[in-house]
Amino acid sequence: MADHLVEAQDLRKRFGTSDVLRGVSFTLDKGETLVIMGGSGSGKTVLLRTIAGLIRPGDGDLRVFGIDITPLSEEDLLPIRRRLGYVFQGAALFDSLSVYENVAFPLREHTSLSEADIRQRVMHVLSLVGLGEEDVLPKLPSEVSGGMRKRVGIARALVIEPEMLLFDEPTAGLDPTNSKLVGELILRLKDGVCDTSIVVTHDVELARTVADRIAILMDGRFEAVGPVGEVMNSSDPAVQAFLAGEARVVTA
Amino acid sequence: MEAYLRRTAMWYGGVGLLTMQVVRSLALPPKYFRLIVQEIEIQGVRSLGVALTAAIFTGMVFALQSAVNMARFGAESYVGPIAALAILRELGPVLTAILVGGKVASGITAELGSMRVTEQIDALRTLGVNYIKRLIVPRVLAALVVFPLLTILADVLGVLGGMVIMYLERGADMYTYWNVTTYWVTPRDFLTGIAKTVFFGGLITLIGCYNGLSTEGGTEGLGRATTATVVHVTMGVIVSDFFLTKILLMLFW
Repeated sequence: MADHLVEAQDLRKRFGTSDVLRGVSFTLDKGETLVIMGGSGSGKTVLLRTIAGLIRPGDGDLRVFGIDITPLSEEDLLPIRRRLGYVFQGAALFDSLSVYENVAFPLREHTSLSEADIRQRVMHVLSLVGLGEEDVLPKLPSEVSGGMRKRVGIARALVIEPEMLLFDEPTAGLDPTNSKLVGELILRLKDGVCDTSIVVTHDVELARTVADRIAILMDGRFEAVGPVGEVMNSSDPAVQAFLAGEARVVTA
Repeated sequence: MEAYLRRTAMWYGGVGLLTMQVVRSLALPPKYFRLIVQEIEIQGVRSLGVALTAAIFTGMVFALQSAVNMARFGAESYVGPIAALAILRELGPVLTAILVGGKVASGITAELGSMRVTEQIDALRTLGVNYIKRLIVPRVLAALVVFPLLTILADVLGVLGGMVIMYLERGADMYTYWNVTTYWVTPRDFLTGIAKTVFFGGLITLIGCYNGLSTEGGTEGLGRATTATVVHVTMGVIVSDFFLTKILLMLFW
């Protein structure tokens, strides 16, 4: 029990009149990569934002790092959020800061490291995501490609050495080559950088590459949860229909 | 109608809640003082042209109109104190608040609104940063300094503008004009005007911040929020000015 990094029990969330989450339960253990799949509007992102404490669940229990986060105030959530790295779909880089300053930002906010130490850690995480070249550092987010922005977003999440990474649609909007690169990057990060992550995606290819377990979110519930092979070969017609549909979209 | 009332109630509630959050977050880590200074520059220094041009022309037109029309009652010698009282008590504080306030607050709404629609505010939150302290409190604190300072400058230029135009256009003796003015005008007239601008500064930035943070609906929503801010700030200053004046007159007359 104590090893669960995330433990959700019957999570519910409604916006206005639409029930987005209708009782989601799962656990995530240390060293595990859980891929949450589902169609557009299935509530994947809402679930991920709830885990990060950005959205308050309507009902249900949610423990992150063993702490019940549902009653916590924004102020009390901040130290918990510092232990996880959130990678946004659109990267959400600070557009008035350079690539270097974006990655250095969490260090400047939370540590009193010297400029040399900051530089060393920023360069380390940027080289992890394959952006170690000097010429990209002073550029603004608007001056680099979408794939690069995503990798900068990952670097910014990594720089505070999180215990868990949350990826929101890491391959959305990327061409197949860049998607593949991001998938390989996530896989590589498991080796000694950050071994636990939740990846929200509708990209079946990515799910196959990185997942230890897959969960399929349908109608606000997990329709199937299990190891990759088990879910991919599930006999559940709804799951099969979803996977077939998504696979078609990806190969098209 | 019901939806409109609900939206209105939500708006007032939202601004009120934001105000409470700001008050609770007033203790800032030292490194954020740099942000206050930066905001004072953005809000204050870059608004000098607008504020001072408006002030000098308002002072001039007020003195000119007063002179021509008070001459009809044989009261032209009182133009000095009348113009000074109007400028110190109302025109300086309110015009500065509306003009600079509209400019500053719509800028804040646009900036925070685009941060909101591109998830940069959520990014701050996930990085464990208190966005109220990082983004809102420095802007509000800066305004509490900027608006009184700009108004003091506007007051001075407005009064001087009136005096110069009386000399040039009506042949008034500047020495007499100044003496009559200072005979009737007291420090209280000046200070109650400045007191109002502290309130206006807070109100203006809180409205700008709230409308930015609550922006929804992408680029179009951002445009709507920015426009709404100009209207909210203008109306907020004009309406609250009446009640503030009433209270200040009751307390300090």
